[in-house]
Amino acid sequence: MNDLSTKLEVGALIGEPVRHESAHLHVSGRAVYADDMDLPPSTLHAAFGISRIAHGRIKAMDLSAVLATPGVVAVATAQDIPGENNYGGIVHDDPIFAEGLVQYAGQPLFAVAATSMTIARKAALKAKVEYEELPAILTIRDAIAAGSYVIPSQILARGRAREELARAPHRLQGTMTVGGQDHFYLEGQIAVALPGEDGTLHVHSSTQHPTEVQNVIAHALALPAHAVVVQCRRMGGGFGGKESQPALIAAAACVLARKTQRPVKLRLERDADMLITGKRHGFIADYDVGFDATGRITALAVMLASNCGYSADLSGPVNDRAICHVDNAYYLENIEILSHRCKTHTVSNTAFRGFGGPQGMLAIEQAIDDIARTLNMDAVDVRRRNYYGASPRDVTPYGQYVEDNILERITDDLEKTSRYRERRAEIAQWNAANATVKRGLAFTPVKFGISFNATVFNQAGALVHIYTDGSVLLNHGGTEMGQGLYTKVAQVVAHEFGLPLTAVRTSATDTSKVPNTSATAASSGADLNGKAAQAACATLRARLVEHACKTHGAEPEQVRFADGHVQIGGERMTFAQLVQSAYQARVPLSATGFYATPKIHWDRSRLNGRPFFYFAYGVAVSEVAVDTLTGEAQLTRVDILHDVGLSLNPAIDRGQIEGGFLQGVGWLTNEELWWNAKGELKTHAPSTYKIPSVRDWPVHADVRILEQAPNPEDTIHRSKAVGEPPLMLAISTLHAIRDAVAACGAADAIPDLAAPATPESVLRALDSLLPPGEGAEGG
Amino acid sequence: MGETAASTIRFVLDGEIVEVADVAPTTTVLEWLREHRHRTGTKEGCAEGDCGACTVVLGELDGADRVRYRAVNSCIRFLPTIDGKELVTVESLADGDRLHPVQQAMVDQHASQCGFCTPGFVMSLFALYQQKQTANREEVVEALAGNLCRCTGYRPIIDAGCAMNGYAIPQRWSRDAAQSREHVELLRSLERPVPLASPGFHAPRTLAELAALYEADPDALMLAGGTDIGLWVTKHLRELPTLVYLGDVRELQSVETRTDGSLRIGAAVSLTDAWNAIVANVPALAELAQRFASPPVRNSGTLVGNIANGSPIGDAMPALIALGATIELRRGAATRTLTLEDFYLDYMKKDLARGEFVVAVNVPAPNAATRVASYKLSKRIDQDISAVCAAFAIEVAGERIAAARIAYGGMAAIPARAKRAEAALVGKPFGEAAFAAAAAALAEDFKPLSDMRASAAYRLQGAQNLLRRFHLEHATQQALRTDAAEVSA
Repeated sequence: MNDLSTKLEVGALIGEPVRHESAHLHVSGRAVYADDMDLPPSTLHAAFGISRIAHGRIKAMDLSAVLATPGVVAVATAQDIPGENNYGGIVHDDPIFAEGLVQYAGQPLFAVAATSMTIARKAALKAKVEYEELPAILTIRDAIAAGSYVIPSQILARGRAREELARAPHRLQGTMTVGGQDHFYLEGQIAVALPGEDGTLHVHSSTQHPTEVQNVIAHALALPAHAVVVQCRRMGGGFGGKESQPALIAAAACVLARKTQRPVKLRLERDADMLITGKRHGFIADYDVGFDATGRITALAVMLASNCGYSADLSGPVNDRAICHVDNAYYLENIEILSHRCKTHTVSNTAFRGFGGPQGMLAIEQAIDDIARTLNMDAVDVRRRNYYGASPRDVTPYGQYVEDNILERITDDLEKTSRYRERRAEIAQWNAANATVKRGLAFTPVKFGISFNATVFNQAGALVHIYTDGSVLLNHGGTEMGQGLYTKVAQVVAHEFGLPLTAVRTSATDTSKVPNTSATAASSGADLNGKAAQAACATLRARLVEHACKTHGAEPEQVRFADGHVQIGGERMTFAQLVQSAYQARVPLSATGFYATPKIHWDRSRLNGRPFFYFAYGVAVSEVAVDTLTGEAQLTRVDILHDVGLSLNPAIDRGQIEGGFLQGVGWLTNEELWWNAKGELKTHAPSTYKIPSVRDWPVHADVRILEQAPNPEDTIHRSKAVGEPPLMLAISTLHAIRDAVAACGAADAIPDLAAPATPESVLRALDSLLPPGEGAEGG
Repeated sequence: MGETAASTIRFVLDGEIVEVADVAPTTTVLEWLREHRHRTGTKEGCAEGDCGACTVVLGELDGADRVRYRAVNSCIRFLPTIDGKELVTVESLADGDRLHPVQQAMVDQHASQCGFCTPGFVMSLFALYQQKQTANREEVVEALAGNLCRCTGYRPIIDAGCAMNGYAIPQRWSRDAAQSREHVELLRSLERPVPLASPGFHAPRTLAELAALYEADPDALMLAGGTDIGLWVTKHLRELPTLVYLGDVRELQSVETRTDGSLRIGAAVSLTDAWNAIVANVPALAELAQRFASPPVRNSGTLVGNIANGSPIGDAMPALIALGATIELRRGAATRTLTLEDFYLDYMKKDLARGEFVVAVNVPAPNAATRVASYKLSKRIDQDISAVCAAFAIEVAGERIAAARIAYGGMAAIPARAKRAEAALVGKPFGEAAFAAAAAALAEDFKPLSDMRASAAYRLQGAQNLLRRFHLEHATQQALRTDAAEVSA
């Protein structure tokens, strides 16, 4: 698409910190979310009736009292689904409404539509359900013991891990434990279904994946896809939680809309949202690592096991990505990874920013920290000792070459600018002088693969219209969840035409405009949709240039688009004038654009190939203070250096880095999902589930975007994806807490710190350092 | 009702008086805004006052010629309770397309991403803007403690709060405009001689009226700030009996300082005002006051409501019990006084007769020889419910402990004193041995439960270690709290 000889004003808009396209609407309450739309008075409001037990057979379900409630118009159960009762995208094991069997407390059994949401919620509680309770598996260890998996286990092996472990100069074993995480998008799941003529449906869904919502609805209602339009202008946060889950909400709303022939809004209030919808996978990793006296890893064997919940959902790809990130920044010559995808009778876990990558990384980062403590080395030196390097130390366990490695560069930089070594000494001094408050410091790197593992999803489409007044309407398959995708792609489009950003408007993502889209996920939104939109613009620009040349007798290289004007040889006119003239000459002013990521391929069965177009890198140093009496920890300082290639918009990228980092800190510190012995989730609202609040942002924070680091691959303006990678910078915070805890033990003590590092978890880790017999109950 | 009561709720919105009749008394302000008015800028994030997406600002006459603006959670605030006040929402601020400085600062700092929490942040900052000419970082952070954002990491929002006072003074909603005579007069015009009463809702104006109403209908529910009762409606979907709202009762609205230095805090006094008064008397409770819920919850909720609710994890009770607080109860014309610790009988059971209610709490001032502290353990510093809350009032005479009052929340079915731990201290030298013995005795005092906030083992260990912390605070110069740690530059 660079075959046009037209020139662009380099730098205009690209790389500028322009504000979010909706910022003025956000701050004034004028941004319209699905729940804000003015709907016809005939609209019904729906609520789910849910299972109260974790596992059992439904012996009888009597909904007569639900239906008899004044204001209730209809209920829908599995019997009301003419097509397939399923919203599972890969394995078809997710019923929209449970049939016969319930597999988690919170599973939808039916939905009720009423004249108000309160009536619907109250009525739903009146269902009489008789169960035959079955034993519930609630933990990863129990699932492994029972051989309970949602999909078969996978093994990735390279070299001779077992042999090398047996003859390693040093060897240690450990277990990494990390809990799940609720997305806690501020806007709960919601869909509005509007029945149209001839059996069609128009659906407003808060979704990262309109096409999947469309397909699930079509399959459930036995409709062709062309009968269902799904639209999303914006989400109030997604984070992966609105990738596969919205299909459930939208499908249930559509079943009710079809049944009543009235608009139906189904909004999950906070508790329902947290009880019903999936979360980040909790993981355990049992590792066995061999290393030499310099800290270099000679062999690693890891058993990764995740809590997938009751169904497969996206657990296959999530766990594949975990496998592909066990290496993180390190060359592991001899490695064996066994990955179990455990089935438990809890909510089915799903995509969440990082998508298994963070959990895989946590395993190797903890093993490296253990090695450093065992050898009495600084963990940074052990990390550097194992970094990917020149051939042959440049091949990942899954066969991809690391060609864009900047680990040494960014590590050198941040070590220096954060004064890591000096602070290490200062903190050691503090800890020697202070018995109660211990400080900790940790440096951790991130290398994160960019692209969907599954090659097929790495495609995108865009649609660009130019109107005769010169204004441009942009539509693409990517969705806006706050990450600034609409802003970035609009920048790309405005830049292509030399227009100010105000000349470009992005319309709601809509399956009737750009079809067959991939989820806005895997950090790939700007990479894919930016390129697709650029392709559409290139087509349009070529037509305009051809027209200009024809009318002005100019050569293509004499045509320039800049500042809202077009320079054609010696003549200058506004963009609108050229467009008018092209319209008069019957030049088509609308075009589609398409992009498919090049170079990538992936053999899913062998876990081998080049799944990623490139890697994004980052490094972080966290400093914490830990109260050893209570286990309370405070992040006191963070230094971050993160690679976004050439930034399309540094303000938006910084927002992703800071926001992703703190979200990761929440996951690894205070956000604890807690189920009781019956398998009921008891942390299902912000009163009990604690995401970071404003005081959790450290007073001392130095967040930098790596400069002069163009992506070596031909991405959109040489930028890099930024949605997910910064989340993993938070591993430095967990490890800083680990470091502070370790300061209470012997020099080579390895604390047993499980994440999330709640005060209780930290206190337990402190106790783990005490000699036997001096445990928690000591008086 | 005619001359004895009015049934139409009246409040000011965007400079105009809004009159609302015929709504269920449990209609929340948020529900009214969104569902009745289709004014959808204000969002529902949790419907329990914990995320702040629903934050609005209420203006109230403060004396004769000032309006006091405070942020509250509209999701759990019943509409009749804003009668006579001014309601300010995110839509109120901009002057046409000209954004208010609070809003413009948010835009300029890139402080919104998904935008769903943003209206709440704007309103919390707007309340701060109205309250203070300038705001430093700590004041901004404190003002935002009740607002959750999942996207930004908060840094740009803090920066917006620090920058907002640097903008040109707006025409609309400047501090002066907010205090203009029209504003004050409009609010004053809402004052009326008769109480608000509608089916299922009474807002008496005098204590005598209140007592008579409640005695006549003891099945009615006393409503103050509604920061708990609101959840009975939004979360538990309960049908409530007749509500008797005590926010309009003049006699209950004041804090009095008595000659012995003690405070008498009326049942309608907000937590914000109550804690301000208590901390002025007992500075050692400043941290507890700051960590008690969040600013919008403290602006609506009352201290007496926290007491009368009787939750085992209410954060005020340990400190009040340790200080020896008493409560005044009233039923009809009859009154009695009770120590706070005797008020709690068993889980959610209180020494309270039918038709009886708490009029006020009396908080004694500790003498100079008494060392006081209250500590809270929770997963998050701000806006979290305690796993354990401890309070200590230890009187020292010479080297020895003359008297000890220790109370805990989260350790039993009710907030309670640790009598065995107290006994282990009294008469002993103020030192490590005594506190170690007290910590051991704590295991006899309490058998805590495990739940989602903490295990029984952690609760006990934490409770014991808080005793150690109390001792160390008086015995060592070393840093004892994480915020006392140096941070390397």
